[in-house]
Amino acid sequence: MSQKKPEKLIDENDIRLDGRKFNEMRPTKIEVGILANADGSAYIEQGKNKILAAVYGPRETHPKHLALPDRALLRSRYHMAPFSVQERKSPAPSRRELELSKVIRESLEPSIFTEYYPRTSIDLFIEVLQADGGTRCAGITVASVALADAGIPMRDLISACAAGKVEGRLVLDLTDVEDKAGEADMPLAYQPSANAITLLQMDGMLTGEEFEQAVNLAMEGCKQVSQIQKDALRAKYTVAKEGEGEKEETEEGEEE
Amino acid sequence: MASKVRQKRIAQLISHEKRLDGRELTDYREVQLETGLIERAEGSARVRLGKTEVLVGVKFEMGEPFPDTPNEGVLTVNAELVPLASPTFEPGPPDERSIELARVVDRGIRESKAIATDELVIEPGKKVFVVFVDVYVLNHDGNLIDASSLAALAALLNTKMFNYEVKEGEVKIKPGYKPLPIRNYPIAVTLAKFNDKLVVDPGLDEEEVMDARLTITVEKDGKICAIQKGGYGHFTAEQVVEASKIARQKSEEQRKLVVKE
Repeated sequence: MSQKKPEKLIDENDIRLDGRKFNEMRPTKIEVGILANADGSAYIEQGKNKILAAVYGPRETHPKHLALPDRALLRSRYHMAPFSVQERKSPAPSRRELELSKVIRESLEPSIFTEYYPRTSIDLFIEVLQADGGTRCAGITVASVALADAGIPMRDLISACAAGKVEGRLVLDLTDVEDKAGEADMPLAYQPSANAITLLQMDGMLTGEEFEQAVNLAMEGCKQVSQIQKDALRAKYTVAKEGEGEKEETEEGEEE
Repeated sequence: MASKVRQKRIAQLISHEKRLDGRELTDYREVQLETGLIERAEGSARVRLGKTEVLVGVKFEMGEPFPDTPNEGVLTVNAELVPLASPTFEPGPPDERSIELARVVDRGIRESKAIATDELVIEPGKKVFVVFVDVYVLNHDGNLIDASSLAALAALLNTKMFNYEVKEGEVKIKPGYKPLPIRNYPIAVTLAKFNDKLVVDPGLDEEEVMDARLTITVEKDGKICAIQKGGYGHFTAEQVVEASKIARQKSEEQRKLVVKE
């Protein structure tokens, strides 16, 4: 995005451009089960990020030779809409998107009991409708909720949040401007119940000590995310209890 | 694929802090390095890490800078998993594995600011040098990331730029060469996780058994400049911190193989 880089990203009172403290996440909202066709779906807004995730499966694997004899095949696609960023992005999958599809899949698979569904595939689609930094983390967060909505047995939800370094300070949940102008960005995905880090990437420059602090900061963020995920699932399934459960129609379901 | 018996043996040994090839958990395999073996390339290097073999060639082209960095040359890293290197590599467009490999090598060089890209500008905002780093995997026996990163750094240190002058927007080549300006020396250190054990430089057999891997790239002053986790398992927070400490130690050792100062 070609926003003008402001002179200061953190003011003298330690407040960031969008009014947040260093350890504060952007306002985050998750909605569950909003796509009628998918077996599971969810939508997240985290600051200006707007991301949809849908899950199809477990279903028959196509092409068939890809099927695994002892577990389900998890496939994932992270994709950005051409209009999701300032300069139009070509809809063809970029190298970045292919890499993110891979690391997102690897971050979610440890949480899924794939061995329950041998020879099938679970297909996960993440569409970034609007991006403002931290989309892989928000993508993982919303995808994990969509998997739960699809009724796929999981050990726990996976929650993701980035920590990084901006103007010499460690901060949580970087926006696009903070990422571009900052010194480091470190996305992390975490499964709280198992104390398991399932995604860790970093680019930038951190000392060993800063790295350790950043890991702890990001994990704190993930715990907050985890709560938001659980609340979203509860909100959906408390209402659904009165009807048949699982896949009832919601008004938003027609929007796509 | 290693047989099930062999896989079990590898896991068993590692749980007792031993490895099938007799290495300590934090030992690298032997590294052999040759540079300048491709005369047509502006720089080249071949790294053998045990039986893993990677060739890196560096080429230049003239091109446009990115709009947001008009005063910097461009770095492009590409990786080819050539079919002759492994029964699991197939011809065709780059798959996820090769894209990840290229992007992790790229991240180390880029984030440590190894190449002085500000010295690669011919005409600000219009014409710059594009440095192509092409990673060619010739034999896959595990830990392609470390072997490729090491070979890429060695190739960049081996790279010569031709002298030139700019006359009315035209680039004229002059006789003689100068080395490509390099300011930092990033070293990637990959650790594999087996339950509660961390193992440096996993071989292919070990990669088949490991839970997950973590690559930590360390620049010359011991700061961490890139990280990539791979594989379907997980790390604990304590392991991640432990890994960063091991990586910082091992990176100094590995750097001495490439950078003679």
